Amino acid sequence: MRTAAGGWFAVLLTVALAAALTFLTLPIVAIFAQQPPGELISALGEEGALDALWLSLRTTAAALVLILLVGTPAAYGIALRRFRGRALLITLVELPLVLPPAVAGIALLAAVGPATLLGRAAQDAGLQLTLATAGVVVALTFVAAPFYLRQAIASFEAIDPTLLDASRTLGAAPARTFWRVAIPTALPGLVAGTALALGRALGEFGATLMFAGSFQGVTQTVPLAIYDRFATDFTAALALSAVLVAVSAAILLSVKLVRGPDAVAR
Amino acid sequence: MSPGGLNMDVRTQLGEVELDVALDVAPGECLALAGPSGAGKTSVLRAVAGLLAPVRGRITCGQEVWLDTARGVTLPAERRRCGYLFQEYALFGHLSAWRNVAYALHESPRAAREPRARALLESFALGDRADARPATLSGGERQRVALARALARRPAALLLDEPLSALDARTRAAASRELGAVIRDAAVPVLLVTHDFAEAALLADRIAVMDQGSVVQQGTASALAAEPASAFVADFSGAVVLTGEARRGEEGVIMVALDGGGELTALDGAPGAVAVSVYPWEIALARPGESMHDSARNHLDVEVVSVTAVGPRVRVGLAAPQPLTAELSATSVRELGLAPGGRAVASFKAAATRVLPR
Repeated sequence: MRTAAGGWFAVLLTVALAAALTFLTLPIVAIFAQQPPGELISALGEEGALDALWLSLRTTAAALVLILLVGTPAAYGIALRRFRGRALLITLVELPLVLPPAVAGIALLAAVGPATLLGRAAQDAGLQLTLATAGVVVALTFVAAPFYLRQAIASFEAIDPTLLDASRTLGAAPARTFWRVAIPTALPGLVAGTALALGRALGEFGATLMFAGSFQGVTQTVPLAIYDRFATDFTAALALSAVLVAVSAAILLSVKLVRGPDAVAR
Repeated sequence: MSPGGLNMDVRTQLGEVELDVALDVAPGECLALAGPSGAGKTSVLRAVAGLLAPVRGRITCGQEVWLDTARGVTLPAERRRCGYLFQEYALFGHLSAWRNVAYALHESPRAAREPRARALLESFALGDRADARPATLSGGERQRVALARALARRPAALLLDEPLSALDARTRAAASRELGAVIRDAAVPVLLVTHDFAEAALLADRIAVMDQGSVVQQGTASALAAEPASAFVADFSGAVVLTGEARRGEEGVIMVALDGGGELTALDGAPGAVAVSVYPWEIALARPGESMHDSARNHLDVEVVSVTAVGPRVRVGLAAPQPLTAELSATSVRELGLAPGGRAVASFKAAATRVLPR
């Protein structure tokens, strides 16, 4: 039962809410308030800024495609099966989630850097990873995939198993059941996981910087470009930040819309 | 073994319980698996459907071998053509009613699916609900959509898991009537799982009582009630079920003319085709002609068919002419001199007479 909070407690709640709201929104509002909108838009016209935006979009999209294509069936496989060491496997998959970005960058260099066996093999196959756009995709995939996997495993596990059984008795083989029943049923969770991974990939900084470097048009994504400019051209850094804020807000809103209009109203 | 029927003999471990079941269901026959929860009833359905892989066993349906562990044959679930009605119906929430039904029709030409799905729903009086999502359907409507979906593939066997248990009491009578028609029309073997003996008696031709993973006794409802092989079956096959036609009598009572003769009084119920249930321990027996001055409103002239002792209790099978069962003490049976072929008067109170729409 819900009772009306009375007296001093009601005041406390209101003050705490106001403090939290101010602290969280003020920096974001400040990005847009520091400079007139016209200045921000013209700062985006600068060649390097557009390069960074375009690179961020391309690499994030590529990483997401990889994550969805491999991660969705992988998550379904983990969710369906019960085996020894399953909890350990899930923990390993989630590990990059809590890894400091700098550690992720070092780890990638140690695994597929130019001096390693795998790195040389990739280079021989014509795939340049370090200091190249492909390296950015690898870094983004490495740090963002666990966000999707974690959510996707939970969503598939939450499906009522009799729905999958029913699909089989209605003549659908396991692959058709996965495609026609499991994915649609888990869709809200999968979309939420995609959005989390998208947000993480778009904001990726440390691992990219260490593994792929920061070369304009090649590996300099928006966060790297912001860092690159903030000492020399603060207006350009603000303009790029404003774009990231807008994209992030759009992601958050679209996830809530997919989860139902209620989630927005709430 | 009946040709064209469903034949199974499987053995497997289910946690603590060993499932060990041999069954034979003829085409057009309905066999009810009845028993308490945890007896392994649903596991039998799952084994037949291919959703559970028994360690050892053989399952055949008509000419097809679905499982033969001795020869290493296991047909996957999607190739067994079982119409499976799940307990909570398992409708796909992301699909409308007609798309749920059409899901089972993916082997038909694309253009034929929607008309056939809609026609099936129409036959279950759901034509106007075809575009609704399962979440917006009532319990009874969901059950009919699931039934239409299970029948859509023209199954070789029909498996019904507690088809009425998710429904409220009011919906259940109508759903039971409709399910009875589906079972009669299906020219395939039907396996029905229920924990309710009266439901099994009403819908099935034969009942297999299960306990602890095995079938403890098989037979018609009246045979099980009259001659239970164990105290467990005696307890479980509690209510005797008679059919008849009800009408309103004087002072608000309900009069039921039994099919085959005899009339009963009950205190509540509605006019129309009904099933009447009475517990064997509510029925008293007396010698014919001995006048009875008691409060029982119902007196039926019956013939004694069987006398079966189950511990200190004795089950007396009667023909009224519908099968009826009384449970007495051994002493009473001796004093009355009850033996097969003899006659008696069965009496029970109107208040002990439950009337259910059929």
